[in-house]
Order: sequence, then structure tokens, then C-alpha cells
Amino acid sequence: MPTFAGGVHPPGKKELSGSSPITPLKAPARVVVLLRQHIGAPTKAAVSIGDAVMIGTVIGRPEGFVSAPVHSSVSGKVIAIGEFPTAMGRPAEAVVIENDGKEQWAELKEEPGFMELSPEQIKEKIKAAGIVGMGGATFPTVVKLSPPKEKPVDVVIINGAECEPYLTADHRLMIERPADVVSGLRLIMRLLGVKKGFVGIEDNKPDAIAAMRKAASSFPEVEVISMRVKYPQGAEKMLIKAITGREVPPRALPMEVGAVVQNVGTTVAIYEAVRFGKPLVERVVTVTGEGIREPKNLMVRIGTLVSSLIDGCGGFSGDVAKVVAGGPMMGFAVSSLDVPVTKGTSGILVLPKEGIFHADSYRPCIRCSRCVDVCPMGLTPAVLSVYAEKGRYEEAKAHNLFDCFECGSCAFVCPSKRPIVQLVRLAKSMVKP
Amino acid sequence: MAAISEPKRQQKLIVSVSPHIRSEVTVPKIMWTVSASLLPALVMGLYFFGPRALGVVGLSIASAVGFEHLMDRAMGKPSTISDGSAFLTGLLLGLTLPASLWSVSPFLLYVPVLGSLFAIVITKLLFGGLGSNIFNPALMGRAFLLVSWPRAMTSWLAPTAAFVGIDARTTATPLGILKEEGMGKLMEVFGTKGNLYVHLLIGSHAGSIGEVSALALLIGGLYLLRKGYISWHIPVSFLATVGIVVWIFGGKGPAGHFALFAGDPVLHLLSGGLLLGAFFMATDYVTSPQLRNAQIVFGIGCGLLTCLIRLLGGFPEGVMFAILLMNCFSPLLDRAVKSRPFGFKEAKA
Repeated sequence: MPTFAGGVHPPGKKELSGSSPITPLKAPARVVVLLRQHIGAPTKAAVSIGDAVMIGTVIGRPEGFVSAPVHSSVSGKVIAIGEFPTAMGRPAEAVVIENDGKEQWAELKEEPGFMELSPEQIKEKIKAAGIVGMGGATFPTVVKLSPPKEKPVDVVIINGAECEPYLTADHRLMIERPADVVSGLRLIMRLLGVKKGFVGIEDNKPDAIAAMRKAASSFPEVEVISMRVKYPQGAEKMLIKAITGREVPPRALPMEVGAVVQNVGTTVAIYEAVRFGKPLVERVVTVTGEGIREPKNLMVRIGTLVSSLIDGCGGFSGDVAKVVAGGPMMGFAVSSLDVPVTKGTSGILVLPKEGIFHADSYRPCIRCSRCVDVCPMGLTPAVLSVYAEKGRYEEAKAHNLFDCFECGSCAFVCPSKRPIVQLVRLAKSMVKP
Repeated sequence: MAAISEPKRQQKLIVSVSPHIRSEVTVPKIMWTVSASLLPALVMGLYFFGPRALGVVGLSIASAVGFEHLMDRAMGKPSTISDGSAFLTGLLLGLTLPASLWSVSPFLLYVPVLGSLFAIVITKLLFGGLGSNIFNPALMGRAFLLVSWPRAMTSWLAPTAAFVGIDARTTATPLGILKEEGMGKLMEVFGTKGNLYVHLLIGSHAGSIGEVSALALLIGGLYLLRKGYISWHIPVSFLATVGIVVWIFGGKGPAGHFALFAGDPVLHLLSGGLLLGAFFMATDYVTSPQLRNAQIVFGIGCGLLTCLIRLLGGFPEGVMFAILLMNCFSPLLDRAVKSRPFGFKEAKA
């Protein structure tokens, strides 16, 4: 079964929310839409306080190529523009819109012959819809779909691994809307002129594999691949390795080996954007964890506060210690529930005291090699962490510090419970790449 | 903005860097599991050498834990005895000692205690404690004792001593007989080769408390391998090297002259401290290389040095010095051996 070298097997916990169908969460009275929902240049506010907006009205205009427009996710009135707390910790520029409850869309125009559109037209629609990588990396999709001429792409891979424990948003999309995923994939293939498309799914989701295979059965150019369950199978480089055997060179993009990877949610968003002209104003968020009363997969407006998601799932149960935006391996612990959902928020994970690891101290490295065995990048995390601890950042850099993508496998297995990811981030912030 | 976010919950949330979940393996869990995997070897040692063996092992464990606690206190640090590593060091040291050290006349009870002192205080804590020591503490303790009290450290009880009486008979180890008197004498003592192997597997022969039963050590070693607490790289490369080198260079022809491919690898693999060393000492995380490729080189080096000492050196047994010598090279091996990070075209050191 296709896979990659290294990796870990944390408890899946998918059963908490895996069987719960995607249900829409009522649009909140106010949304807080960040002006930067992606990696790259921020957008500039295109509205002023007091302006009336509809669902899909552009409220943030992109500046620069690596950027994406931001749209209003409700209809109503702009009531504030300014700094707002975010899940990532640092405050960021946001537009606050009061919902008038009328649910009016700016413009939604169905394209009946959407599968016959030219590559340029498809790209234009994706760009206008403000789509970014919804797996969490939030890289503007249109940039990913614009490979330079000298880097020919010959394979498109849809990332259905969803290797983070707990999260089931992509899983549900593949079960409930497999035809839309396949349409999105075929649109991407058409845009890029690629003849071969894959959907890679970990084999702990047999229902998703079956649904996707059925939806893809009439398209011989689309192949659904069942992959071994192992974290981080859904990391772009690991996914490409498992499916094509190709290794993306250090710090290069997948297009270097002729591959483009898109997340399941992103693929559905592409389909909706091209067919209906629908901008990215909502997404599926898995609200789960042992500390939430009713784990659910919610369709949520971008800009909804995490507290509304918690309320929508029956609130906390028991003594909650940590709330994470994203999965338990790479997500960000939030300090406040009043932070908004962004285009990259795949899950809200509520963990009780017993479910998390938290300690004020840790033990020295005993050189047990567990981190070396599990590092999917073939690095020596123990050495990186020791150098970072001693402030020897240049030496950490010489040990390929910047090839680490912070998947957390090393810290997960470390018997001394060393904060390896934290130390790596520290070192990265102290030296230039 | 405060007006917009109506603070409904005054919940204090923990904010720390990912990953938010961790595996259940901890340092104490590793140390106690490794200690438990030595139980079969300890039980066999007690069976053949009696309560004296328990006294020696108990004394070295108690003093190892005690010295660590006292030394931590003396250095103004919190006691680290709960991590289990001092217990394991004391246990390993005790298993490498002869049961004859439990003796009041001549008074030898201080020998295991001084071994623990050297292992814990000098070899481990003075080098920075767990994770920072260069040499395997238990083996350094034993090496210190061997060079300081060579007679007491090589006076082996015959395995019949168990439960028999105070006046235990002493005898030579199989490797000792092989070194001093040759294969002929060994056959004279044990009868057939098959008989010899059975004695080596069960443990009914002279030797250190924990090293005599090859079978018990294999059970413990395989358990650790299965649990993933040690990897195959060091034991396999170590044992394979000894087996091959001994087979090629370790034998004599019928006329008593040196002959190639006449050695007895089974005898060498099952005897002395080799299995104890290969599974429980050379695999010590702290003092062996971190990279798997480097571990194979490390194991081969241990094997070669063991053979060098056993076949040509003055001691009948060379596992301890082989591992200690290779400990010196661990950091160097980690630097020198090349590995290939993901996506790199070529391996780099």
C-alpha cells in the first residue's frame, strides 16, 4: 500500500465526528472577516464603515500576485474595521459586518457549460472567488495553478488523506459530495492540461474511498488511491511520494516534480466557483474533541467566531483545558474563543485536561532515535532541538533546519516530552533561511 | 473591539505549541521496561548462584539509586531517581558482577557499592547526568572494579552453589577455560558440544550473575525489540560480526595449528557477556549513535573489538572494553555517517 518513510500513528479519534453529516451553522449576528485569510500579501479593505454589503461582496482587494480577494460572508452593514484577535495569536486587520439576516447574494450566475470553459476562464473564476488552500496552509490556489512554462505539470492529486487525528471535514465532503470533488478535480486537470488525476485517501476511510471510486467510475483519467494510515500522509510532499514515487526537492514546490496537490475542500470550492461563480464565503469545520458535547461537521461562514461554533455543538462538556484551531498535531491553541474562523480553519478541537499533554518542564534528550525514525523529512530532530536549546542556531541551520515543516511527529514520540517543534520554530526565527 | 466580542466564558485556556497530543512512552516507562526485561536473566542468576546473587544485585541497585539521590541533593538539583535510570544502571552493574562478591570474609561487600559510585557519580552525573554521559555507566563501574580488584572480580562461583551451602566452590568460566586450556579441556568438562550449548543456554556454568543464561537474555532482548524499545541495528551487527569473525579466525585445525574457518561461532555467541552486552549495554541510547547507519558501524566495531580481545588479547572476555571503546566513537560516527534527507539528491554527513 502506498506510503512514505517515517511517520507516526496517533490515536485517530475520527469516530467522534465521522458519522455526523455536514450541517449548516446559522449565520451569526456579526462576522469578523480577516483581511488576510492566506499566506502572502494581505488585502486592502475595499469597504468603509457603514457600507452595505451582500454575501460575496468583495471587502478585501488583493495586493500582489500571491494574494486572494476576501468576500463578505453575510449580507448587512460594515460596522468596524480594525485589529482583531486571531487564532494564530497575533491580532490582524479585520472587517466586522453586522448580519441583516436577509441572506442576499451579490451575484451568483450558473455557468451551464462549465466543463467546457477555457483554462483561462477557469483560472479567472478561481481567482475571483478568493480560493486558498483549505487544508490549513492557505496558499492562494490560483498561484498553485499557474506553473511557469519550464515546469510542466503532468499529475493532479486531490488530498483526501486527512491524516490529522479527530478531523473529518474532508471525509464528510468525500462521502456527501463525491461528484463535486471529481468535477473540481477535472476542472483543475482541464485548467492545467493534465491527463492524470488522483484522489489519495487513507484506508481508515473505506466509505469515502467507495464513494469516490463510484463517482469517478466513468472517468478513466481519475484514479482513487487507498493509502496506508500514517501521519503525516497528508503533507504535500509525503502524498506526492506515496502516489507517484517522486520526491519534491528541498524547499521546492510540488510543480518541481510535475505535481499539483489540492485539498478536498479546496476542490469543492473550485467546483462551486467555476460552476456557480460562488466565492469562498463558507467552509466545513469539524468541531470535535472529548471536551465538546456534540461533535459535528458544520458548514460555517468565514468570520464566525469560534464561540458560536462551540455553542452550535452544545457547548463544552467537563473541564476544558485547550481549544485548538486545526488538528492536534499541527493546529494552533487559541487563547480566546472570540477568534474568527478563516478559510484555513479545518477544525476546532476541544480537549479536556486528560486529553492533552502539558508540563512545565521536560527531560534532557536521551538520544533514543525515536524522532529520527519518525521524521518524514529524514532529519535529526533531536540534534535540531539541542542546538536550538543551546542557542546554536547556525548549527541547527546546517542540519537542515529549514526543511522541517513542523509536522510534530518528533515531539509526539519523544519520551522526554521535549518541545521539539517549539525549539525548531525558535531557531527558525533566529536565523535567516 | 471589546464591545464586539461579548466575553461569555471566563475560561482559562492553555496555549502551547503543537503537537497537542503526545505518545505514552516516557523516559521512566522505558527504564522500567528495560529493567523488567532483565528479570529472566536475573531469575536464572539467582537460581544458579543463590541468595548471594540477590545480595550483590540488591547492593548495587540500592547504592546506585542512593548515590544518585545524594549527588543530586549535593548539587542542589531535584532528585532524578524517579526516572528509573539509576535503578537500571545498578541492576545492569549487578548483573555483570560475580556472585562471590557477597562475602564477609574476605570482606568484599564494598566492591559493588564502589562500582555504583563510579558508575553513577563519576561516569554519569559528573558528565552532566542522564543524556550527557559519554560512557555506559554500568560498564564503566564494572571496568573500574575489574582493574581495581581483579582477583575478586574473576573469582566465579560454580553454578551448583545455589542453596547448597556457604562454602561455594569456585571455577573458571567457559571462555576462561577456552583461553587458558583450550577447546580440549572445555570438551572434557562439558562432554559434547551439544551439552556445552545446552549449559550455555540454560546458564548452568560459571560467570557473572546476569550473563550465564543465554536463553533468558534472548527472551529479554527479543521482548525489547518487539516493543520497539531497542532497534535491531546494534545487536544484529554486533552479534553477526562476532559470529563471522570467530568462525573465520577463531579456530584451530586438528593438529592444533591455526586454521581458517574452524572457529565455533555458537560457543562464542552464547558465552561470556556478549548477549547481555549486545542487547542491553551496546544499545544504551545515550552512549550509542543516534543514526541507524551509524549504529550498524558501531555494532560492527563492538564485534571486531570483542573478537580482538577474546582471540588475541590477555582477557578471556572483551565485550565490556569493546563497548566502552566504541562509546568514544559514538558522536564521531553520528557526524561521519551519511544520511539522505527527503528530497535530497545525495546523502550528506
